[in-house]
Amino acid sequence: MSVQNFPPIYSTVVEIFQWLKSVYKNISFPEKGSCLSSGRSLAPRGRRSCSSIGCIVSVPFGSHNNVWSTGRDPAIWEADTDAVYAALSHHLWSTFTAPEAKSSNEDLKEMLESNKESLKLEAMKRVVGLIAKGKNASELFPAVVKNVASKNIELKKLVYVYLVRYAEEQQDLALLSISTFQRALKEPNQFIRASALRVLSSIRVSIIVPIMMLAIKEASADMSPYVRKTAAHAIQKLYSLDPDQKEQLIEVIEKLLKDKSTLVAGSVVVAFDEVCPDRIDLIHKNYRKLCNLLVDVEEWGQVVIISMLTRYARTQFTSPWKEDNEKAFYESEEEKKDQTEATPYTMDPDHRLLLRNTKPLLQSRNTAVVMSVAQLYWHLAPKHEVNIVTKSLVRLLRSHREVQYIVLQNIATMSIQRKGMFEPFMKSFYVRSTDATHIKTLKLEILTNLANEANISTILREFQTYVKSQDKAFAAATIQAIGRCATDISEVTDTCLSGLVLLLSNRDETVVAESVVVIKKLLQTQPTQHSDIIKHMAKLFDNISVSMARASILWLMGEYCERVPKIAPDVLRKMAKTFTAEEDIVKLQTVNLAAKLYLTNSKQTKLLTQYILNLGKYDQSYDIRDRTRFVRQLIVPNEKSGALNKYARRILLAPKPAPMLESAFKDRDRFQLGTLSHSINSKATGYQELSDWPAVAPDQSVRNVEVVEPSSSESEEQSSDESDETSSDSGKSSSGSEKSSSESEPEQKKKTKTKKAPQKKSKAAAAVTAPSFGPVKTHELLHHMTGKGLSAKYHFPRQPCLYQPSMVAVQVILANSSDHSLEKIHIGDRSPAGLNIHCFNTIERLEPEASVTVSMGIDFSDSTQAANFQLCTKEDQFSVSIQPVVGELLMPSTMSEQDFSKEQGKLLGMNETSATVAMATANTSSQAVSKQVLSVANVGVVSSGPNDLHRFAGRTVSSGALVLVSLELKESSALLTINTEKSVMASMLLRDLKQALALA
Amino acid sequence: MIHSLFLINHSGDIFLEKHWKSVISHSVCDYFFEAKEKAVDPEDVPPVLQTPHHYLITVHRGKLFFLSVVQTEVPPLFVIEFLHRVADTFQDYFGECSESVIKDNVVTVYELLEEMLDNGFPLATESNVLKELIRPPTILRSVVNTLTGSSNVGDTLPTGQLSTIPWRRADVKYTNNEAYFDVIEEIDAILDKSGTTVFAEIQALCFSSHNPRLLDDVSFHPCVRFKRWESERTLSFIPPDGNFTLMNYHVSSQNPVAIPVYVKQSISFFESGPCGRLDITIGPKQTMGKTVEALMVKIHMPKAVLSANLTATQGNYTYDLPNKVLVWDIGKLNPQKLPNLKGILSLQAGAPKPEDNPSLNIDLRIQQVAISGLKVSRLEMFGEKYKPFKGVKYVTKAGKFQVRT
Repeated sequence: MSVQNFPPIYSTVVEIFQWLKSVYKNISFPEKGSCLSSGRSLAPRGRRSCSSIGCIVSVPFGSHNNVWSTGRDPAIWEADTDAVYAALSHHLWSTFTAPEAKSSNEDLKEMLESNKESLKLEAMKRVVGLIAKGKNASELFPAVVKNVASKNIELKKLVYVYLVRYAEEQQDLALLSISTFQRALKEPNQFIRASALRVLSSIRVSIIVPIMMLAIKEASADMSPYVRKTAAHAIQKLYSLDPDQKEQLIEVIEKLLKDKSTLVAGSVVVAFDEVCPDRIDLIHKNYRKLCNLLVDVEEWGQVVIISMLTRYARTQFTSPWKEDNEKAFYESEEEKKDQTEATPYTMDPDHRLLLRNTKPLLQSRNTAVVMSVAQLYWHLAPKHEVNIVTKSLVRLLRSHREVQYIVLQNIATMSIQRKGMFEPFMKSFYVRSTDATHIKTLKLEILTNLANEANISTILREFQTYVKSQDKAFAAATIQAIGRCATDISEVTDTCLSGLVLLLSNRDETVVAESVVVIKKLLQTQPTQHSDIIKHMAKLFDNISVSMARASILWLMGEYCERVPKIAPDVLRKMAKTFTAEEDIVKLQTVNLAAKLYLTNSKQTKLLTQYILNLGKYDQSYDIRDRTRFVRQLIVPNEKSGALNKYARRILLAPKPAPMLESAFKDRDRFQLGTLSHSINSKATGYQELSDWPAVAPDQSVRNVEVVEPSSSESEEQSSDESDETSSDSGKSSSGSEKSSSESEPEQKKKTKTKKAPQKKSKAAAAVTAPSFGPVKTHELLHHMTGKGLSAKYHFPRQPCLYQPSMVAVQVILANSSDHSLEKIHIGDRSPAGLNIHCFNTIERLEPEASVTVSMGIDFSDSTQAANFQLCTKEDQFSVSIQPVVGELLMPSTMSEQDFSKEQGKLLGMNETSATVAMATANTSSQAVSKQVLSVANVGVVSSGPNDLHRFAGRTVSSGALVLVSLELKESSALLTINTEKSVMASMLLRDLKQALALA
Repeated sequence: MIHSLFLINHSGDIFLEKHWKSVISHSVCDYFFEAKEKAVDPEDVPPVLQTPHHYLITVHRGKLFFLSVVQTEVPPLFVIEFLHRVADTFQDYFGECSESVIKDNVVTVYELLEEMLDNGFPLATESNVLKELIRPPTILRSVVNTLTGSSNVGDTLPTGQLSTIPWRRADVKYTNNEAYFDVIEEIDAILDKSGTTVFAEIQALCFSSHNPRLLDDVSFHPCVRFKRWESERTLSFIPPDGNFTLMNYHVSSQNPVAIPVYVKQSISFFESGPCGRLDITIGPKQTMGKTVEALMVKIHMPKAVLSANLTATQGNYTYDLPNKVLVWDIGKLNPQKLPNLKGILSLQAGAPKPEDNPSLNIDLRIQQVAISGLKVSRLEMFGEKYKPFKGVKYVTKAGKFQVRT
């Protein structure tokens, strides 16, 4: 094969390549870069098979068919596909360019620069393979970044992956791609906007901070909740890139916190936690909304919202735990009920709202959600209500090992304070031999915490099984646990002790050693009765080789040498023999024993002590030498030892307090449950302390949401100021009644709450006009088949809504096609939960074949998201939904031609959307144009001169943003321009208008 | 939230890494490897590890470790739950969650991870939504893709994300609709030496409609309308497309649980010689008149056991020497002729007699009965004009069923 004739058949080679791949697909051809990702390291292997492949490839240039029938066994392919593939591509490309010293990255570069989509995609897949393996692919940046504007979605996505990974390293080149994203941010498709924002904000290049800021601000006002969610994520990314943007970002957070979409809520709370967790004031107004939305928020959002609200509640409400024994409670094991309480405690209705709305989430399939509700109840609920979380937590123990680990840790902390909570479920903590060691240890911990006089015998029987476990670390832990039970419950101390003594004759060393250590601790608590046990241990001493256990026995001998006067000196004698061979810890205790015996029984042990002290003096370890010197000075009187000698007895044989056998989880309650900090038992970065309950509750009225009757004369600032005052007034005066009607209150407030309509504040140039009449399209709301006879149709009457200016008026025609009368027709639950609907009055009775027209108002918040609600009769409920057309979300506005041009001038650039429309011939007259436009959108005609320019003006119903439509006729086509800050609406409207004008 | 993810196999190779924020060097995994060295069994590696600058939260699935790096405070269960969701998604997409499969589909895996998290916070985790964004690979599709140069990325954009029911795609239409309900109950129990029940409870997946008093604790798929359940004890839901777990319930240890089999066993090791004796018989107890199938006994033997020379009256036994696991696969339980396994265990010479007798883990299945007595009493479907096919199947299985000896 010569280099000269290669280019002409280049595409053929690629085809062969593709074909080969499809043939070998089922023998796991490594198309995804797994072979090439190993990069140069494969080169020798590749080159080895290079020659053999070379011949295969060179033969079939003429005929494809015998490519792999040139004598190579397919099995060899299978075995060596990696090498073959690497070699093949290596070979192809190295022959194509310079023959030697070409890395596989070089090949990729050329594939990326080719003009074949499939080749580019293939190359990108391999590049992603490299990234996935953590290999460096940064040198391909220029080649990759060129493909950022590709039409192929997958290619584009892979380029995005690459960009996010390497933009930081190649800042200058990364900037080349920015304009693509800026363009994409204006796309009509919400997913494209969202993914553009995701990538743009992930490019960690500080030069583009202003661009990111602008994009975030815009996206946070986007019509699509999905884009707004992405904006919330972008806030955190920008904050970590440039913390100086904090103030501006907080503004965006504040705006997004008001968002009613369940999709956004979780993400914005994450942003809040990261950027400004201390700005509790931002939460006040949204508190009730968040509580009410919670059930419908996606599961991950629920977790973050619940833990944020837990912290919030601890700063805003007073303690539901009885004040006077709250401290005592922490120490006590059972809940104490104080019947004679001086000041009756009433729970803040908002506090109750939170508890009530989180409770259903205990049934979530997501373990993290269940845990977060459990911790919320633990930290916020009155003590007698906490028990409801128990069952759910126990249920989680069926889940994966890792879930069990975390849940058990939390139960361990909880069970220290409140045995009663988990005692009925004690058996759920029984250990199985197949459990992982850390799970076993945690279960043991909990069982120990749960032990009381009543169940101790059951628990001890269970422990006996565990002691025999093959997992010796676990057996040792069980012995520790038995020791703890013995100290905690005095009734069983003796039983435990004798049980432990039996274990001393166990074959396993670790078990024996652990028993000795535990017995030592137990004996310290009540040494008088137990000289037998000490004797027994002395007997076993020879057989015990674990140094910790030997040291413990020696210490016991020394401490209670007066109770075993005959044995102790003998033990010392034995130790003198083996002293040099012992571990340091044993040596130290031997020195101790010697000293104590010298003081109590110097007649028998003087020489032994001298001998041991001499051995210690020349020991290798300086600790031992040091100790020996100290002890000698202390006990042997000479002129240098001075006054200390007199006190030697008191120093060495002072009564020592018994050690406490405590749970390792004793102090874990300083951390909020369910947190990482709790799990690792140290403060994790970014951990936020749970504050103590305030002694006096802060002003509750801060959470009241404005109740403002729409009054047209007020400006925005005035209205909100005033509403704050009025609502806080009402909060104070009617606090009693508020408590009693806590449930209905937030909802009522929401219902009456109005969107602050900025239309009055902004331009006075335009005023709302009478409706424009177009043809009325009727849509079906409920079919009589599904509605069991009840049918409903709706249309938009294009009248200003009577109830609230921000609502779109909807007329519903209800008909009864069944053979019996329907009663009590009304509107039930609605979703999204925050949906603002003005319902029609309940229709008491609808006779068969009768129909009735009712009007409703719905606040769509300028989005085409459907309003879902339930249409209820006395017996049934039907879920229905009203899907608004974008044109119906507008109301006409009159303005002069001059005003129109003036306003249009202000809405240029990003706020302008335009398209050329192919006009149907029937539509060229100005009357027809108006008719078509009005049929699509509820806008007003702007009177203008007799030219070919038609203008229409309207405002969005909810926010009052101007929407200007202009149409310039040019023979068979027309230029349609829409100017509005609601870019999404603009693009949707444009689409609808285009359709209407192109049809007849 | 979640900063980076590393996939690690049992031999300690990092074969995939993904970063959602800045790049973290894979040397951070060394702390994990250290902990893994210390642990006897991979299951024993602690799920949460602390390093000087990061926190490592690990999940062990199949033979893989999903190691995530976290830099700030985050509920550990949040991460753990998410990692399991990732593993579930791989399972769903590729049929299994193993190293080779992930390596083969590395691009799809990467695309999935990209969609599942944004800035470390979960974005799309519902399988129905993900499948619209990224189509799962099939052999046919990959062949077609190679030939035509098309891809796995969906060309229509999903709608589920935006609807109020994120678990269902919009406009799913089939020519025939079928609804199958599998009620799978699992008995968790610990029996002691004498056959007394130490602890037993029933765990179940899926579906129920009545007899709710029995149900101690339930958890639901998000599609279930909780209010309806609370007021009427009826499960009302809009189902996702495909298989899903509707509900989990739990009948706690305080209610009496029928134990379907009894076990008579004696395992003893002789003080004198290097051998022991094993004798196990299994018989039916409370089986509700049904046959016990797929009966299997698994015993983790003490380390000293070298080989087993046994005779089984029914089924086969195998002894896996490296893992010291004796498996006796019995199959159907015949009440007339009880299966028995008897013989000699030989021990390593010189090794001390094992302290503890190994416990038996029992696996079984009973078709067509839910041991809790739970029944699906009624199944109604609304919103469809024709009559879809409906079916309910009951299975009782052994969950963590252990007999101590």
